[in-house]
Amino acid sequence: MTSRLLTAGLALAIAFPLSAAAQTPEEKGLEIAREADARGEGFGDFQAEMKMVLITKRGDQAERELRVKTLEGSGEAEGDKSLTIFDTPRDVRGTAMLTFSYKTKDDDQWLYLPALRRVKTIASRNKSGPFMGSEFSFEDMRGQEVEKYTYKYLRDEACGELTCYVMERYPTDEHSGYTKMVVWLDQQEYRTWKVDYYDRRGSLLKTLESSDFTQYKGKFWQPAKMSMVNHQTGKATDLFWSNYQYDTGLGEADFNKNSLKRAR
Amino acid sequence: MKKCFLTASLLALPLLSPGWEFRGEAALEGRYFTQESPYPEADYSSNGSAYLKPELLHEWNNRDDLFTFIPYVRVDENDSERTHWDIRELSWIHVGNGWESRVGIRKVFWGVTEGRHLVDIINQTDQVDQVDGEEKLGQPMINLSLVRDWGIIDLFVLPGFRERTFAGEEGRPRTPLPVSDDAVYESSKEDGRVDFAIRYQQYFDNGIELALSHFSGTSRDPLLIPQNLTLAEVQTLLATGQLPSGTNPEFTPLYNVIDQTGLELQYLRNGWLWKLEGISRSGQGERFNALDGGFEYTQVGLFGSATDLGWILEYIWEDRDDSLASPVASDVLLGTRFTFNDVASTEILAGIIYDTEDEEKAISLESSRRFGNNLKATLEARFYTDAADPRSPSALYRDALRNVNTNPGLGPISRSDFVQAELVYYF
Repeated sequence: MTSRLLTAGLALAIAFPLSAAAQTPEEKGLEIAREADARGEGFGDFQAEMKMVLITKRGDQAERELRVKTLEGSGEAEGDKSLTIFDTPRDVRGTAMLTFSYKTKDDDQWLYLPALRRVKTIASRNKSGPFMGSEFSFEDMRGQEVEKYTYKYLRDEACGELTCYVMERYPTDEHSGYTKMVVWLDQQEYRTWKVDYYDRRGSLLKTLESSDFTQYKGKFWQPAKMSMVNHQTGKATDLFWSNYQYDTGLGEADFNKNSLKRAR
Repeated sequence: MKKCFLTASLLALPLLSPGWEFRGEAALEGRYFTQESPYPEADYSSNGSAYLKPELLHEWNNRDDLFTFIPYVRVDENDSERTHWDIRELSWIHVGNGWESRVGIRKVFWGVTEGRHLVDIINQTDQVDQVDGEEKLGQPMINLSLVRDWGIIDLFVLPGFRERTFAGEEGRPRTPLPVSDDAVYESSKEDGRVDFAIRYQQYFDNGIELALSHFSGTSRDPLLIPQNLTLAEVQTLLATGQLPSGTNPEFTPLYNVIDQTGLELQYLRNGWLWKLEGISRSGQGERFNALDGGFEYTQVGLFGSATDLGWILEYIWEDRDDSLASPVASDVLLGTRFTFNDVASTEILAGIIYDTEDEEKAISLESSRRFGNNLKATLEARFYTDAADPRSPSALYRDALRNVNTNPGLGPISRSDFVQAELVYYF
């Protein structure tokens, strides 16, 4: 036991030789978050397909299918731009959502309603609300910018065959649906394997588990499956990602109101 | 049998070829009218209707070229005018570097408010199809869209005018006098005049969105002019509520050539979405102005549930001064929307428009939910109250002559209470 802790300590000292000595748990948490973020940087653009399976307490299932296109932000303050296109259920087919995310302020979002040929600005600061009736909220679906949380490293822990950092993450946004999250990241590739979400009353609300990671472009790891279980309602949602494609030639011109109106 | 097979293989052809897609929707609608009709030609209390809207889509050239074909057909049990068809879209979009061309029959929406779509002017309203004015006829156009850092500019050439559709004498709701098929145009080219429009829109990252537009051409809103009716006959009509015998009065739609400048402004801050639409129009009598302004706010996660409650409050004002119109229109819209965020996407929308001039109220309720993956059901109710007058024919005729041209939302065109159920199948 002692030797294992020692090994972990040694590994950490090697990973963070300059700062390991007098580091607080908060500083170490932030450092882990920054490293995880850095490993996701430089992807350029990607497209992917996603199937969402909504599972009720009784086991009834409903499916939704959508496609996502994302362009990495260039500037310091500018986050990613993304376009989400809904394919099923059929009554929302052709509906598309354009998101400009920012590191330190609320995202700008527009929704295209094909029946009315109308683009509407999404006004509500709907962070905690369910995304398409699923157990994923809007804030779960968006990019996890480092600046939107504060951190606290807890411990190292075995996760499967790997060793994970376990740390707490606290949203800085007062409209977040959570007080904290506990995150498991593996020390090798900084992939997020598990997240426990605590609601505003501080009780355990949901657990997200990601699996079947594949590496793209020799760098970027993406899970093929993400399972969210709601402990309070007994409902669950599985996300199945497929057809990940990088360097698809997306540019700024693919993320404006004109492209939103012909996204399908 | 052979024919069936041929049709099936023709339909299957686009499905089999990459880049082609065939899809669409079909719906059944039932209406129940809660009051007796004041018009003997439309003496029924329930009505059935159905529509079919298939879509054929094709994309090629790495999605830089898009083809869309959407025909539309509706069949109505009682109103021969509501049994109609249209080409909603038959268009080709080409995407260039910083520009887009869109050629053919299309639908374009402009605007930000919910109460009245003042700025929206490219397409004609398919009034007979839906009383809320949201359904539009396909408009032939050549549209060039230029995307620049400083905004998006859209240029429109609009050849070919579409006349507004109106319910027939057997229709419910309908106009107090039937609307003639022989429209009168100010332009000598009648419906062959080529109209023009331009719109500039920009989004600023401080939450402001702005659009400025100008339209020059034949007005989409006709003035309805009573015909074959002398002053004495009008007086008889108002006094007795009966048309003088032997007369055959009707409305003739008059389409003026107008110039309309429009402004759309939106400001989003702390979850409050402030909206303003304004127009100034010349060519239809005296120049007049109209405004619709207000806000939208959503309470997220009501009482700790997943339900959102959205609020809409708007004030609508118009200073049109017309001999056939009331001098000032001044309405307030209050709307609430419950979004349950459940698997069936259940929603309930309730709205009231209150006319501060004559204290009339129009109330609408709409709810919808999904069944399975391909079916959606909606329930809708529309009620009208009139503080001053009972629903007598003479009151309707008086309103028709006084109010019909300024207040389409509250006017007698739509004054007929009903509940409606609709089932839409998506294929």
